Amino acid sequence: MAAAEGSGPGGAAKPLFAGLSDVSISEDIPVEGEITVPVGSHSPDEDYSTLDEPVRDTIMRDLKAVGKKFVHVMYPKKSSALLRDWDLWGPLVLCVSLALMLQGGSADSKEDGGPQFAEVFVIIWFGAVVITLNSKLLGGTISFFQSLCVLGYCVLPLTVAMLVCRLVLLAGSGTVSFIVRLIVVMAMFAWSTIASTAFLADSQPPNRKALVVYPIFLFYFVISWMILTFIPQ
Amino acid sequence: MSGAGAPPAGAGRGGAAADWGGFEDTMQAGGSGGAAVIDMENMDDTSGSSFEDMGEMHQRMKEEEEEEAETTVGDEEDGEFLGMKGFRGQLGRQVADQMWQAGKRQASKAFSLYANIDILRPYFDVEPIQVRNRLLESMIPVKMINFPQKIAGELYGPLMLVFTLVAILLHGMKTSDTIIREGTLMGTAIGTCFGYWLGVSSFIYFLAYLCNAQITMVQMLSLLGYGLFGHCVTLFITYNIHFHSLFYVFWLGIGGLSTLRMVAVLVSRTVGHTQRLILCGTLSALHMLFLLYLHFAYHKVVEGILDTLEGPNVPPFQRVARDIPVVSSVVLNTTVKVVALTS
Repeated sequence: MAAAEGSGPGGAAKPLFAGLSDVSISEDIPVEGEITVPVGSHSPDEDYSTLDEPVRDTIMRDLKAVGKKFVHVMYPKKSSALLRDWDLWGPLVLCVSLALMLQGGSADSKEDGGPQFAEVFVIIWFGAVVITLNSKLLGGTISFFQSLCVLGYCVLPLTVAMLVCRLVLLAGSGTVSFIVRLIVVMAMFAWSTIASTAFLADSQPPNRKALVVYPIFLFYFVISWMILTFIPQ
Repeated sequence: MSGAGAPPAGAGRGGAAADWGGFEDTMQAGGSGGAAVIDMENMDDTSGSSFEDMGEMHQRMKEEEEEEAETTVGDEEDGEFLGMKGFRGQLGRQVADQMWQAGKRQASKAFSLYANIDILRPYFDVEPIQVRNRLLESMIPVKMINFPQKIAGELYGPLMLVFTLVAILLHGMKTSDTIIREGTLMGTAIGTCFGYWLGVSSFIYFLAYLCNAQITMVQMLSLLGYGLFGHCVTLFITYNIHFHSLFYVFWLGIGGLSTLRMVAVLVSRTVGHTQRLILCGTLSALHMLFLLYLHFAYHKVVEGILDTLEGPNVPPFQRVARDIPVVSSVVLNTTVKVVALTS
């Protein structure tokens, strides 16, 4: 195997260093070693070692990856960056922040129908798992965690909507405030659905897109409805 | 938070990808894991363990890598005897054994999951137009009882309808300010809907078996699931528009139509009047009463029930002695006023 590999590049390099090899390399030194070294050092995958880099670099790289995916969700163009290397950090952060904001002041008051932290958490993860299983059952060609990653990252517009809603509620709660919140939540709901559909639609059989989109629609609809009806006590 | 969490992110991602990234990947990982284990073991043994140890190992693991053990024994003859190394070899063998077992277990688990998904896949083999037609057909009872009517054994539509019903039920619970003491609204909604769908389907299937009706479990699930379409429509409208008369119209109209449809299908597949009566009576009673329950349980009545239930919860307030004088003084004042007015 090694000999076969060596002979490949060696054959390619022969016209360049034909005279040189005759002069400097004697018979007992194997030619393969000298030829494979530059090839190995030039490939970016070989020296991509995270063992001896500073911790800061590692953190910054991961944060950059998460941030890049946020940007992808905000500009949903057909791209496979969200699908290629999935991670669940972004979804976790989004889900926790959304749940914390929906929790509101209901921790101290016992009698409220407001959404609890666990409820929001369970709805997001359970819903994402159900959508993923559904898309797999319908014949989608996407792996389990890739789909979870996309669905989790596409909660971002709704988290933004929640933030806006809380700010609007700080200003006051009346008819105007409700209309503003309704518009914001509707827009962000549409954004979430469109973004996740854009990412996931390619992996589905073309004639069944509607069947896959329906549970996604329902999922984001429930979340956005929770956001819209949220009133801090 | 992400500062502390980020370094494991890379490792976790890699590890999780190896464990979970697609089923084929998992299978491969399991296989290569096994191979790596064997390699490690060979290296450990060639570093110098006793010949007897190798013999014992050969005996123990002969079903796995007979010829590989043979070659390592050949190498072993040159190596010098070191008891410590032999012990380490034994330890390595045990670890390798465990790892092999764990890898095999994980691979078989992943494979069984994959197989389960494959088993379910035929039931999700539908087109959007088919689903739409079946939804519409679920409201149209067909009066044809001489010939068994066709039931599509399909689960996508029913599953989505049940999830829709869960969402509608959540909405109803929120707007009626339902409070559930033990558990969450979400869990209650999911439990109610799935419990009804699976429980009643199994019960009717059992009855159908007793009454000799020609229906399979999947067909029963599909039939009852599509029957929930009427419930979804009715509840969605009546949770938002609060008129009791409107609800009764919808209950009899839409709920009745979807129940009639199921009854017609079941009648066409059953022979004998008594059997038909038992089966269809049970199904229609359960189906209609479920809609009634869903509407009223999470609408207005619950508030009254909860108010009465909260009676025993009040004692902390009653212990405040201030309440009674206030009430009594109010009573006193009013009586004084009444007396003053009347006199």
